[in-house]
Amino acid sequence: MRFMLSVLSGGLFGAGLFVSGMTDTTKVQGWLDVFGAWDPTLAFVMGGAIIPMMIAWQLTRGRTPLVGGSFPAPPQHKIGHRLVLGSVLFGMGWGLAGLCPGPSVASLSYGGAGGLVFMAAMLVGMGAAPTIGARIDRIAEAS
Amino acid sequence: MPIEWIHGLIGGALIGLAGAVYLLGAGRIMGASGIIGGLVDGSGRDTARDRLGFLAALLIVPAILYVVTGRTADTHVTSNFVVIIAAGLLVGVGTRIANGCTSGHGVCGISRFSLRGIVATVFYILAGGLTVVLFRHILGVI
Repeated sequence: MRFMLSVLSGGLFGAGLFVSGMTDTTKVQGWLDVFGAWDPTLAFVMGGAIIPMMIAWQLTRGRTPLVGGSFPAPPQHKIGHRLVLGSVLFGMGWGLAGLCPGPSVASLSYGGAGGLVFMAAMLVGMGAAPTIGARIDRIAEAS
Repeated sequence: MPIEWIHGLIGGALIGLAGAVYLLGAGRIMGASGIIGGLVDGSGRDTARDRLGFLAALLIVPAILYVVTGRTADTHVTSNFVVIIAAGLLVGVGTRIANGCTSGHGVCGISRFSLRGIVATVFYILAGGLTVVLFRHILGVI
């Protein structure tokens, strides 16, 4: 059940990324490029995605997930150095290539060698993140 | 309204629906970097089968749509491999340190008014914008 729901969700996510054009890096970089030919498509994608998710969060009230267990805990409000620094590093990579984790998987079949190399580098980065994160924590504690 | 914007809205709604299925069905937050990263660093070993199922569908459905619709789906990724490798490393390290990316912090976080999700989104969009301006308009690399 949980497996089938994961497959369904992944499939819908992939279809959404394909239909929205978000696997085209020029659209993503076009959104970020406020001094060039600015492309607002990404805002429509975000808006279109946030509305059903807002309804979904409302529906979690007083219910339990279909597969049982419990819903994620209420959001934390702690803004730490990890959240800020990690997001800045992510944003730099996102701007450089116009790819983020979801679209990098969704476009793997038609993204050519560049897409494969990006995926390989991203996996290496994810593997190194726990070590780098621990080092950042030590620096943050010391300062 | 340009057709790209309408496609964006429809595709966005599908992404939101995907997140709703993942949340209401499996009780989890749909974040691409977390689903992949948990497999890489072993933190998601208990749910590896679900994660692989999600990622397989995420890869295969666009591949099928690409073939069936015959729509040109060029990703226009730069051919500069130094840029691609640097970008991939930054995205991999950054999303895992921040514990989320565009789907987890952006779509799933903002929709529940999570301060962390909103702050993360502001910072990665600002960093991304400055990076594009610097590397495209000043350095001319991308």
